[in-house]
Amino acid sequence: MARGRRRKLLWSKLYTFACGTSKFEADHSHIGGPGFSRVAFANEPDCFDAVNQNYGSNYVSTTKYTVATFFPKSLFEQFRRVANIYFLFTGCLSFTSLAPYSAISAILPLIVVIGATMVKEAIEDWRRYQQDIEVNNRKVKVHHGGGKFEYKEWKNLRVGDIVKVEKDKFFPADLVMLSSSFDDGICYVETMNLDGETNLKMKQALDVSSDLQSDSSFQNFRAIIKCEDPNASLYTFVGTMEYGDQQYPLSPQQLLLRDSKLRNTDYIYGVVVFTGHDTKVMQNAMNPPSKRSKIERKMDKLIYLLMGALVLISLIGSVIFGIATSEDIQDGKMKRWYLRPDDTKNTFDPKNADVAAILHFLTAMILYSYFIPISLYVSIEIVKVLQTIFINQDIQMYHEESDKPAHARTSNLNEELGQVDTVLSDKTGTLTCNSMEFIKCSIAGTPYGHGVTEVERAMARRKGSPLLEDEQPDENHEHPKPTIKGFNFDDERIMNGNWVNEPRSDIIRMFFRLLAICHTAIPEVDEDTGKISYEAESPDEAAFVIAAREIGFEFYQRTQTNISIRELDPVSGERVQKTYKLLNVLEFNSSRKRMSVIVQDEEGKLLLLSKGADSVMFERLAREGRNFEAKTKEQMHEYADAGLRTLVLAYRELDEEEYKKFNINFMDAKNSIDADREEKIEEAADSIERNLVLLGATAVEDKLQNGVPECIDKLAQAGIKIWVLTGDKMETAINIGFASSLLRQGMKQIIITLEEPEIIRLEKEGNKEAIAKASKDSVMSQINKGKGLLSSSNDGSFALIIDGKSLAYALKDDVKNLFLQLAVGCASVICCRSSPKQKALVTRLVKAGTGKVTLAIGDGANDVGMLQEADIGVGISGAEGMQAVMASDVAISQFRFLERLLLVHGHWCYRRISSMICYFFYKNLTFGVTIFLYEAYTSFSGQPAYNDWFMSFYNVFFTSLPVIAMGVFDQDVSPRLCLKFPMLYQEGVQNALFNWPRIIGWMFNGVCNGVMVFFFCTTALQHQAFRKGGEVVDFEILGATMYSCVVWVVNCQLALSISYFTIIQHIVIWGSIVVWYLFLLAYGAITPTISTSAFMVFIEGMAPSLSYWITTLFVVIATLIPYIVYSTLQMQFFPMYHNMIQWMRFDGHANDPEYCQVVRQRSVRPTTVGVSARIDAKVNQLARKVHHAVHSP
Amino acid sequence: MNHANGSAVAGSSSGSGDDLAPRRNSKRPKYSRFTQQELPACKPILTPKWVISVFTLIGVIFVPIGVAALLASNNVVEIVDQYDDKCVPPNMTNDKVAYIQNATFDKTCIRTLQVLKNMSQPIYVYYQLDNFYQNHRRYVKSRNDEQLRKASQANETSGCDPERTANGAPIVPCGLIAWSLFNDTYKFSLDNKNLTVNKKGISWKSDRDHKFGKDVYPKNFQNSSVIGGAKLDPKIPLSEQEDLIVWMRTAALPTFRKLYGKIEQDLKEGDSIIVTLENNYNTYSFSGKKKLVLSTSSWLGGKNDFLGIAYLAIGGLCFFLAVAFTVIYLVKPRKLGDPSYLSWNRNPAGN
Repeated sequence: MARGRRRKLLWSKLYTFACGTSKFEADHSHIGGPGFSRVAFANEPDCFDAVNQNYGSNYVSTTKYTVATFFPKSLFEQFRRVANIYFLFTGCLSFTSLAPYSAISAILPLIVVIGATMVKEAIEDWRRYQQDIEVNNRKVKVHHGGGKFEYKEWKNLRVGDIVKVEKDKFFPADLVMLSSSFDDGICYVETMNLDGETNLKMKQALDVSSDLQSDSSFQNFRAIIKCEDPNASLYTFVGTMEYGDQQYPLSPQQLLLRDSKLRNTDYIYGVVVFTGHDTKVMQNAMNPPSKRSKIERKMDKLIYLLMGALVLISLIGSVIFGIATSEDIQDGKMKRWYLRPDDTKNTFDPKNADVAAILHFLTAMILYSYFIPISLYVSIEIVKVLQTIFINQDIQMYHEESDKPAHARTSNLNEELGQVDTVLSDKTGTLTCNSMEFIKCSIAGTPYGHGVTEVERAMARRKGSPLLEDEQPDENHEHPKPTIKGFNFDDERIMNGNWVNEPRSDIIRMFFRLLAICHTAIPEVDEDTGKISYEAESPDEAAFVIAAREIGFEFYQRTQTNISIRELDPVSGERVQKTYKLLNVLEFNSSRKRMSVIVQDEEGKLLLLSKGADSVMFERLAREGRNFEAKTKEQMHEYADAGLRTLVLAYRELDEEEYKKFNINFMDAKNSIDADREEKIEEAADSIERNLVLLGATAVEDKLQNGVPECIDKLAQAGIKIWVLTGDKMETAINIGFASSLLRQGMKQIIITLEEPEIIRLEKEGNKEAIAKASKDSVMSQINKGKGLLSSSNDGSFALIIDGKSLAYALKDDVKNLFLQLAVGCASVICCRSSPKQKALVTRLVKAGTGKVTLAIGDGANDVGMLQEADIGVGISGAEGMQAVMASDVAISQFRFLERLLLVHGHWCYRRISSMICYFFYKNLTFGVTIFLYEAYTSFSGQPAYNDWFMSFYNVFFTSLPVIAMGVFDQDVSPRLCLKFPMLYQEGVQNALFNWPRIIGWMFNGVCNGVMVFFFCTTALQHQAFRKGGEVVDFEILGATMYSCVVWVVNCQLALSISYFTIIQHIVIWGSIVVWYLFLLAYGAITPTISTSAFMVFIEGMAPSLSYWITTLFVVIATLIPYIVYSTLQMQFFPMYHNMIQWMRFDGHANDPEYCQVVRQRSVRPTTVGVSARIDAKVNQLARKVHHAVHSP
Repeated sequence: MNHANGSAVAGSSSGSGDDLAPRRNSKRPKYSRFTQQELPACKPILTPKWVISVFTLIGVIFVPIGVAALLASNNVVEIVDQYDDKCVPPNMTNDKVAYIQNATFDKTCIRTLQVLKNMSQPIYVYYQLDNFYQNHRRYVKSRNDEQLRKASQANETSGCDPERTANGAPIVPCGLIAWSLFNDTYKFSLDNKNLTVNKKGISWKSDRDHKFGKDVYPKNFQNSSVIGGAKLDPKIPLSEQEDLIVWMRTAALPTFRKLYGKIEQDLKEGDSIIVTLENNYNTYSFSGKKKLVLSTSSWLGGKNDFLGIAYLAIGGLCFFLAVAFTVIYLVKPRKLGDPSYLSWNRNPAGN
């Protein structure tokens, strides 16, 4: 590596992002002032001043709680739920004499439930704590004095420590880089954990310190770093370093952030400036917006409804109780003398019956608390966590290539996955792989490349030949060749060095040279094989460099000033090395839409190499450089039509004078500290990127991900609407639409665009108001026209395609509803050229406008807004980084997994949670009603029918596990059938399992069961003897019998209503009943002081009595018969879709294709998009033709 | 076949997993039937066959039980005599409460019971009270179990309000329940011979052994200004005061019977039994009825036709349902997957 130190100074000139300018920028004047007060004494963390600063340690804690705050904080969280407050209220009341049962038994379930939630919190927090410990105890080499470095735990780092970080290690804190193993003090950093970008970033130390390259050089190193206070901005940093009586400015270029990784560099030295929670990554940590599912919101309403019911029946009870109490003393005579109404305190005082009634109301509120399922919340939480585990563990949602399983990041929304009405999808990286393949190019007006794109295949299908439909699109397997990622180019005219024989070989050479030079990629040489791979900022760029390599222009080395390539010399036929001196890089950005480099070749010729979008490039061509313009344009149009991304390549030679002038301008602009610095840079760049000579164009295929068309088809069959929101050009978007079957021939396309001559004319004039008005009018009229079209035809399906500019107007408050109406009427909607903000706005519009569940899926940082706005955000954990995943609720690695996530897991979770909630209310109502009815028989005195502990454990031991098992394991239909009959998904979208009739139905069932249990029990075990020995039924026996019946009934009811019996179900359902008896035995065996009325009740009283068993059998069967009859009739005459499928499976017809087709055809609403729709349309067309042929004479 | 499918997939995938074994830190979820939700399961659905056979089965089981229960109930001979009104002298019927509360009146009352059917011993003697809320919360709670159990806890009267103390000393047994102890007494004679009523063993053994102490004697009982019900012999420990034990096992419902004793002697049809009873207990205040019940017992207990009838009814209903479903099944076999049943297919135009 022959890199002289003299040339180092040039570095800052080369990259605009390398702004290690020698000048102090404006911000540096703030140093030492407010907001910029941090001082780090490098290498002297122990000196007096440093200790005085008292900066926090590098210990990082990501836990929500500490030992001290855990209880108050998590308790506070718990009591934000109304139900829990209610239970706390009743719990407190139960310590007074008002309590119908012992305080401990009233408060214990609450403690258990809250305890369980808190334990869950604690475990989660403990896990975080363990991670923290792991991180905090990682070791790093720290200068220990005397030029010796020793390992030290991360947590013990202090501001001012000098650390040495080695290759592929994480930085332990935010460091100011002093030097690296490279002479010029650069290093490469991977910031995956911060911004998710996988490309390497270059950082550079200050010149003054970059020669401190050995441990020993730090023996007497002293420097003072002053910089800004901790903040969350990852891309800014302002500071100075005082070193050797001089001040040097520090920029983000010297800052190495915690949690990023050192790559391709053997080691670096750095000074710790921010530790622990002061680091930028920690400052950035924040919680995503919390979302709640529709079902849970509805459940809250249900709880309120039940609370209302509870108040109502308490009120009824209180009134009756008040009347009964007031009548206890009439005319000075006691009626129920055995209650001693003459000698009471408030609670039962006939003289103050109203007070007694009010107090009784409180008692009743406690007593009837069983109407509110206390354990519902915690059960749902447990269930959801377990469901999440199943989603995460699903092997069929694991992507081998990227080694990523599905990851449900929030468990709140599981059931919402089963109710998605509209999917809003990003295109690049979501529908497509975002792995670009160089597939075609046009050089000097000649098209090269034989590859057939997915879109072309789709278009071939579109143009007719139904035979293609059946053909497997995977033709690649036919001619197996070693596939190179990013390269799918095949043309013998160019490959294998044949290009030298082409007519315009000079242009071809320039073309590929440009591809090899004009980029910001970094080569990585595999030491074993000598193979070179590239780290590039974007996959397009990588594809270009790879293409150049494959053609024979191998870019193999980048130094700070040089780019070296190996290329074929057309004359000698040998590979020669060429080194280009890299003078300037004019970076790519979205407004420039182009990138250029200025290089000097070995002969000293100055070249400007440029590549960019057609819209900006063609206008920059020199008059004499337009030789192939027409042909190139035509070919580019074809490429775009085939769904390819195109770039125009052009170059020009510069003369020294011109370059010097430019360089001065450019450096000035870069070094300026004004607000318009960017503008100045752009202006300077713009001035030189002119008079270019056209070379040709590249076409890169953005490949559709595996299985995307099939997945879209399934989703469409499931009745899910799919909108594509993309930043791409309209043509590209439409093509992808065709490729993915969102669009098809025969579908009427409503295109809303502002690319109209009139608008364009106005735009040229530049009158902004006029543009806005005309645009808006135009959009309005187009929307209205579309709506007219929509309402006039009733059979055709429509596709709406709208571009970003029009979207801006369509999303205005007064237009958006109109737009939404149109969009909802269309089968597919494609928004192209849309900005991230527009994506989020469209999502909000759909969410709020339709009131249905929306799911947004995307992979990039530009999708974050959309993901957070949607009801569910699904992130694709692909190559483009982690931002989307971080903002998402569920992360999957491939779009096609959405099918399984929604149709299988979503459907199941929805079904499970909704059945579970219904059942919960059912079982609590059944129990509550028996208590209430018994109340009526005690003249509403507030006496519970059951032993205190029976009641407490009802929700905890005897009925909770089966319902949790149902929530976790129940499957109405196997995954295979879920996918075979996607229409099943509509049960969730239509909310067929959690609508009011169904909820009320379950509640009604609960009330009926309660009533039946009570009256059957009390009538069967009246006042007569209930066993041979003449013993009569007393309070204890009746309570325990009734309780047994309730436990039996609710568990058997559950067994009847689940459709999937594994060993687990058997264990928990029958186990719960067994546990009840075991409990009766155990509880009855302990001393009567504790067991009170349950003492020996089972072993002595009930078990030997045949009437107990006969009564139980009778009550259970009789109570369940109505439900059996109901569900049989329902199955017979009003089956729901899952019933039909169940039935089909049961009859063994599930594998009979004809049979399935019949069911599917007859029960599926005609779908409007997707492969199946396409086939259907074709079949219809054919049928019509045949029809015509037959009927026309 | 579903499982077979699943395991085949599993087999192949785990195979490929082995190939990748050297790849460390793979995040591939481990395959298990549990995590893939493929546990073997039975998936019952309510098919007509299943439903019909279940209903038939229930019918087959229920009808015989019903018949047996009804027979058992019918075999029980029960003599019920309501005496509350009858035992008030005719001149006092307008103010029964005054009569019952006046200790000076003679409360003796003679009743004659006709035995209509042979009754084999043991014949259980019950008293039945009506409209008496022994399950009233104030009443139920008014006792102290500790005090009843242990002599040392005699002063423990918490919860016994308002019958905790009398004349400054704690009452044993305290509380409303004990205080309102039933105090009617019955003497039976047949053909001028006394029928002995065995009052031993009428309470639950567990109560005698564990809830009422053998060394706990009534103290200061019924000494307060207002006297409730029966008095207790202070020389007999609570564990032997079976009337009290029976009484203190509170009834579940406002109409209840309590065991008074057993007549261990067969009675023949046509026998008429003379009952000499002391009508002491005040049910007139709250217009409750008092009944004297003599009953034999069967394997099912006392006389109650409900279970028998209910079993027969449900059994019959199940037979009926089985037949009905069979008819439906035969006459109108289900249409498989008829989409018109699906609510969201009713208006196919709606999106």
